[in-house]
Amino acid sequence: MTTGLPQCVQELIGKPQYKEQTEFPIEMGYVYNTCAAVQNGNPIYWDAEIAEQVVGGPIAPPTMLSVWFRPHYWSPGAAGERTALQTHFDLKRLLDLPEAIVSGNEAVFGEPVRMGDTLTTWQVIRSVSEFKQTRLGQGRFWTIDVETYNQRGEWVGTESYTCLGYHRQETSA
Amino acid sequence: MTMPRSLTAADVKEGQALPPLSHAVTATTVVLGALASRDWRPMHHDKEFAIHRNGVKDIFINTPNNAAWFERYITDWTGPKGRLGRMKFKMKRPVFPGDTMVFNGRVVKTFADDAGCQWVELEVTVSVDGQVNTECQARVAIPADEHDNPWQRKANGWRP
Repeated sequence: MTTGLPQCVQELIGKPQYKEQTEFPIEMGYVYNTCAAVQNGNPIYWDAEIAEQVVGGPIAPPTMLSVWFRPHYWSPGAAGERTALQTHFDLKRLLDLPEAIVSGNEAVFGEPVRMGDTLTTWQVIRSVSEFKQTRLGQGRFWTIDVETYNQRGEWVGTESYTCLGYHRQETSA
Repeated sequence: MTMPRSLTAADVKEGQALPPLSHAVTATTVVLGALASRDWRPMHHDKEFAIHRNGVKDIFINTPNNAAWFERYITDWTGPKGRLGRMKFKMKRPVFPGDTMVFNGRVVKTFADDAGCQWVELEVTVSVDGQVNTECQARVAIPADEHDNPWQRKANGWRP
């Protein structure tokens, strides 16, 4: 068992949380934005005929999986900044670690995400480490899995995030 | 647009190097990638926040955009029938505006699974000034031959 881990955090490990659906049907505009941002000229994202021939119609790049679950920065009735990967922010708060970065990412891709799809996801905290001294400061690493399925019940992917929450190391001038 | 040729199993050997890709990163590169991935966190667009809250020298490329760059690099090489099955990466150092990212890749292993899917395992790195900033291991399916197409694999035929 990890040393000094609050009971409320221990109880969250392995528990599915924050089941939610995409806020809008999967759409091509974000696919173009993503491909343009990295100059990805793969014709399955730019040419409808080639998309039909190769993948049976327009799809999103597999690595966009997490993109579909980030909330709008603001929406009517929302209070304050809305954040994705809520379990990550919960851990920052519960462990009193004000700064955090994503240090590693693993994704496994299933059925392609198609235009008009509605996706469902949930998050599971897999582990929280002991306190460690890092280049950025003292903190803990944690791993969160995000499982995603489409409206046909087909598995479309799982992403695992390894994050470091930390107290910033003070440097002398 | 004409259909580019896709690699098949006969084109790929273990130890083979992928062609390098170089890209000069600007603040626009970072912000484009963050907004395209709907990542509104300030360390990817607000330099003051990045310096004073994250303790780094500038805004930096975010995780999903990192993944999109790796995907682009890999499928530039495989052609459109290349289908990513798995990708893992570790960011050792952030990539900042002013850096030139250099992608390099190498075929670690090729094999066909029990369903007949032809897999290529790759090691890919992003380096800046000769230092590795991000390490990536990826598994991508390519056609076994000119008649095969990994995108047609479903359910038990797709085992990434």
